[in-house]
Amino acid sequence: MTVIDLFSDLARSLPSLAAGMVTSLKITAVAVVFGIIWGAVLAIMRLSSVKPLAWFAQGYVTLLRSIPLIMVLLWFFLMVPQLIQSLFGVSPRTDIRLVSAMVAYSLFEAAYYSEIIRAGIQAVSRGQLSAANALGMPYLMAMRLIVLPQALRATIPALLTQGIVLFQDTSLVYVIGLADFFRSAKNIADRDGNTVEMILFAGGVYLVISLLASAGVRALQTGGKYVKVG
Amino acid sequence: MIEVCNVSKQYGSFQVLTDCSTDVAKGEVVVVCGPSGSGKSTLIKTINGLEPVNKGDIRINGTSVCSPKTNLSQLRSKVGMVFQNFELFPHLSIIDNLTIAQIKVLGRKRNEAEDKGRMYLDRVGLKDQAAKYPAQLSGGQQQRAAIARALSMDPICMLFDEPTSALDPEMVNEVLDVMVQLAREGTTMMCVTHEMGFARKVADRVIFMDGGKIIEDTSKDEFFGNIDARTDRAKQFLSRILQH
Repeated sequence: MTVIDLFSDLARSLPSLAAGMVTSLKITAVAVVFGIIWGAVLAIMRLSSVKPLAWFAQGYVTLLRSIPLIMVLLWFFLMVPQLIQSLFGVSPRTDIRLVSAMVAYSLFEAAYYSEIIRAGIQAVSRGQLSAANALGMPYLMAMRLIVLPQALRATIPALLTQGIVLFQDTSLVYVIGLADFFRSAKNIADRDGNTVEMILFAGGVYLVISLLASAGVRALQTGGKYVKVG
Repeated sequence: MIEVCNVSKQYGSFQVLTDCSTDVAKGEVVVVCGPSGSGKSTLIKTINGLEPVNKGDIRINGTSVCSPKTNLSQLRSKVGMVFQNFELFPHLSIIDNLTIAQIKVLGRKRNEAEDKGRMYLDRVGLKDQAAKYPAQLSGGQQQRAAIARALSMDPICMLFDEPTSALDPEMVNEVLDVMVQLAREGTTMMCVTHEMGFARKVADRVIFMDGGKIIEDTSKDEFFGNIDARTDRAKQFLSRILQH
């Protein structure tokens, strides 16, 4: 096997690798967006003075952070596709594995996002909530318009970093037979008998994307400073 | 307009307010003073329900702040409050700070809210700062913007919680000037402040607190003019802060 061989193998396999990358990025994007939304809801529940809500959020976070992601993924794929199918009304033609992976990653990441956002909310001074309340805003409106925007802005680097971890973790979808980038690379390797090279190549691609994304986060941190809290 | 009836409050075993009663009539300017930890800030925060009370009742225009049946948010939207640390919203421009509650709470249209906001910004001398963010303004400007924010809601009365305590000395006067102007226009005001010059100039009444109790509640002329008739604690306080 020469380098030339590897490159020609890669060139031939580019469409399936690209399709795999699209799947990986789709899962990441959906899980980041819904993970942050659900995570924000969980964070607000956790800080709520209504005890049952706080207990639910705490239990959810503790549970999902205590079990391996790969089990959440399998569990979702094996036990709840019917539920997902009826809940989201997905057509039978849609790949249920992709949908169940998106739901599993969203729910799993929300546990991590909620802790980041909770820290962000607690870092916003208590006076901001008082000021919003004093202007006649009820608790949830004050949270939504005043506290959360500040909390999210302060935690953007942490949220994005968690997104990078999530991107790497999407490679775990191989357990439910979904052809993400890693799985596509592995399939090609099995077909062409160049496992070591292909896995190294796949690892290199993950490395480059993650490094670029991290550099982006750093640039955002130093370059795009939003107006500092007076 | 504001009635405070036998209000008591404790944090755990610590008694912050003991049996406080007073009232503020429409158009009246009442200054609350007293040493640190005397409960004056807590008292003013109980008036719009930011601090719940354990005993007693507070009524604003006859509506009880302490009753669970009261729509507290609606009531608060009619009571302006200015905080020691300004508490402008740092993620919003000055004009958005002034319009967000008008739009979201009072349901005003954006252009109507902006007109009102700009009018009050002009009145506090910040006409040209509308597009800036709070962090781009000086402390005095931020506090004047915070006063304009409270006024944009067309409040029936204004509460000030040590509005000049966090300011550099040279910025105190620009904020006091705005407050004096408000007082002279007949705004109902309750101010927690150490600025005795402000009290002398515009207050109708002075409340002196110590140890969570209202010790003196008297007219300004009586408070400053007849020092010999004051309680020992008030005399001590006054002699310390009026020395200079």
